[in-house]
Amino acid sequence: MISVRDVYKSYGEVEVLAACSVDVRKGEVIVVCGPSGSGKSTLIKCINGLEPFERGQIVVDGVEVGRRGTNLSRLRARVGMVFQQFELFPHMKVIDNLTIAQVKVLGRSREEARRKALALLDRVGLREHADKHPGQLSGGQQQRVAIARSLALDPVCMLFDEPTSALDPEMINEVLDVMVGLARDGMTMVVVTHEMGFARKVASRVVFMDQGRIVEEAPTAEFFAQPRTDRARQFLSKVLHH
Amino acid sequence: MYDFDWSSIPGALPFLWQGMKVSLGITAVAVAAGIAWGTVLAVMRLSPARAVSLFAAGYVGLFRSVPLVMVLLWFFLIVPSLLRDVLRLSHATDLRLASAMVAFALFEAAYYSEIMRAGIQSVSKGQRAAALALGMTPLQAMWHVVLPQAFRNMLPLLLTQAIILFQDTSLVYVSALADFFGAAYKVGDRDGRLVEMLLFAGAVYFVLCSAASWAVRLLRRRVLA
Repeated sequence: MISVRDVYKSYGEVEVLAACSVDVRKGEVIVVCGPSGSGKSTLIKCINGLEPFERGQIVVDGVEVGRRGTNLSRLRARVGMVFQQFELFPHMKVIDNLTIAQVKVLGRSREEARRKALALLDRVGLREHADKHPGQLSGGQQQRVAIARSLALDPVCMLFDEPTSALDPEMINEVLDVMVGLARDGMTMVVVTHEMGFARKVASRVVFMDQGRIVEEAPTAEFFAQPRTDRARQFLSKVLHH
Repeated sequence: MYDFDWSSIPGALPFLWQGMKVSLGITAVAVAAGIAWGTVLAVMRLSPARAVSLFAAGYVGLFRSVPLVMVLLWFFLIVPSLLRDVLRLSHATDLRLASAMVAFALFEAAYYSEIMRAGIQSVSKGQRAAALALGMTPLQAMWHVVLPQAFRNMLPLLLTQAIILFQDTSLVYVSALADFFGAAYKVGDRDGRLVEMLLFAGAVYFVLCSAASWAVRLLRRRVLA
């Protein structure tokens, strides 16, 4: 589904990604973790072409992301993305947040888009908030709306960029519950997160990054039981002890 | 001591009202067209295509560096004869109002584009990223997501600029077009009561613009709240 091959990226002198390679098969859930500034977010933003990269190759569902002439908009319509800061459109009602891309990008009719949107709001438990504006919702509710907004386009895979990092602790679980549900339904997911409980529950593999490199990649149970590198061991001891 | 005589005002009111309609008409057209063209310029200015961005920067720089009254005169001298040639109109057709509207729209677009550019930059980059991530093209993201928010953030400034524009429409007197100011001047000149008429016209501008500014302040408070 997603193949990242030897990707390099730098801002001037600073190398933010180096020799990154990872494969994601259909239906897999990959958790990407690592200290801040390790390039996790940059890596997943490269996957849907929101960040350009200098060298290497990324192929998503048969489409080569970095090649000139690739229709990035068409690709992104098939790859859902959830952001740390939700990024709901504040000037639109919740329902319009969910329908606009369906109508403008996929060309669905308004009625069809609305039906789909309401069904998804139902799924994330927010149907009664359809006519509110995002600013009237809590952070956790906004992030659930954001997930529903991505799902409305029937993506082949979903990218999550620290989806719970901007949330108050009591709201983290409502978002993780939605994500666990998605994973159990067989969605292909790449999740940048520090939520190790979520990783243990649904991730098939864990990718550990440090200083722009993928330092370790292992099946979830193995990663938690016996991390191979010191860096990963140190990281785990920091995030797990609290 | 100057002997004030206000008696020519009541009889002149219908004529002055005609002039006010011209002033308001020019303002309305210039605000609408200026914001539309200014927004296009702002988007061009922020375009990654260098030639497009340079054109917009050049346009804005040019119009912001020449006096408005000169632009108006150019247009009164050039546009009417040009339009007559192109549209084969008779010399009797009065194109001064049309050229004034075009001139103001093109001139004000330069100022509106700077306001809209600041507005576009006031919308967080994450909003554009989210729109792109949903498969929107850069132009769709601009139109559906960034511009509505930019417009809302900049609404008080856009309206303040419209108030300034309303005052500036008085400059069309250079073409002897009877806007409100021009009409007041004509009446005053005819009756030998120029001082009174200009004081009266000034009072009208003052009242209208103060009221509008006050309304904008109210709006700003509500938008920010």
